[in-house]
Amino acid sequence: MVLAVLALARTRNLFAVVVLSGAYSFLMATLLVALDAVDVAMTEAAVGAGVSTVLLLGALHLCKSQEAKPVRGPWLPLLLSLATAALLIYGALGLPDFADPNAPIHQHVVPRYLQNEVDVPNVVTAVLASFRGYDTLGETTVVFTAGAGIIALLRRRKPKGEKEAHDGK
Amino acid sequence: MENDLVLRVVGKLLIPFILLFALYVQFHGDFGPGGGFQAGTISAAAIVFYALIFGLDKARRIMPDRLVEAMLASGVLIYAGVGVAGLLLGGNYLDYFVLDKDAVHGQHRGIFWVEVGVHITVCGVMLKIFYMFASRGQDGEE
Repeated sequence: MVLAVLALARTRNLFAVVVLSGAYSFLMATLLVALDAVDVAMTEAAVGAGVSTVLLLGALHLCKSQEAKPVRGPWLPLLLSLATAALLIYGALGLPDFADPNAPIHQHVVPRYLQNEVDVPNVVTAVLASFRGYDTLGETTVVFTAGAGIIALLRRRKPKGEKEAHDGK
Repeated sequence: MENDLVLRVVGKLLIPFILLFALYVQFHGDFGPGGGFQAGTISAAAIVFYALIFGLDKARRIMPDRLVEAMLASGVLIYAGVGVAGLLLGGNYLDYFVLDKDAVHGQHRGIFWVEVGVHITVCGVMLKIFYMFASRGQDGEE
């Protein structure tokens, strides 16, 4: 993964960048499988590696395949990302140990989720669709809004509308 | 890519199985990993695959724009409708326990329809975005 990221940062060919980010997504999916988060891994493999690669290639079809030279030097963004990384690592140090059974997250509502009054064997599905139904409804609405936004932005205007737009300018 | 024999044959072989796998992920989500989001993406990917191999126009013939746009909205409506059904049957919004005489059965029924709604919306949005980008590219070539 580190190699993939370094190559991503180095290369200027956008086609290679898209393919590399797909490979990065697959590596991320294997990492998630190793963490026993199979549902998330599946989503990562399908969305990150599959569909978004296709969409990025489609976008690439519309523009140049070489990245433009940056206008300013990389130092300010580099400093910013290093500072953010330092903050995140500092925050992660305060988290309980990995797989610690006494961590607060395992004491609070999770026992009730695992008791499973819903009686669905896959706890992830139970939490997603039942215990947190409102969240998922919100997520679905977000996805719907994204689609509606794409339609509003990219729908081809009818010739009449286009003419009016030109006249407006 | 439309004239590549290997791609056409492999695509014809694989696409039914991809769609079947999407349905498996959808309906087996209660027992194993999976659910509406994943299944929606997989079934959209099958159609994107078809469009890449056989051309956008043919894909648009089996999944017309109007249908895709209807999918976009109807998924959210199904989800919200499950909530309203709970209200009508005397529970809270998105309360699945009242959907059937047996509370656990009601939960299963609620989760099932909610996942169907998620699937339809996600699949519709993915296809819509792909169609939008791909049809723009065609304009550029002409």
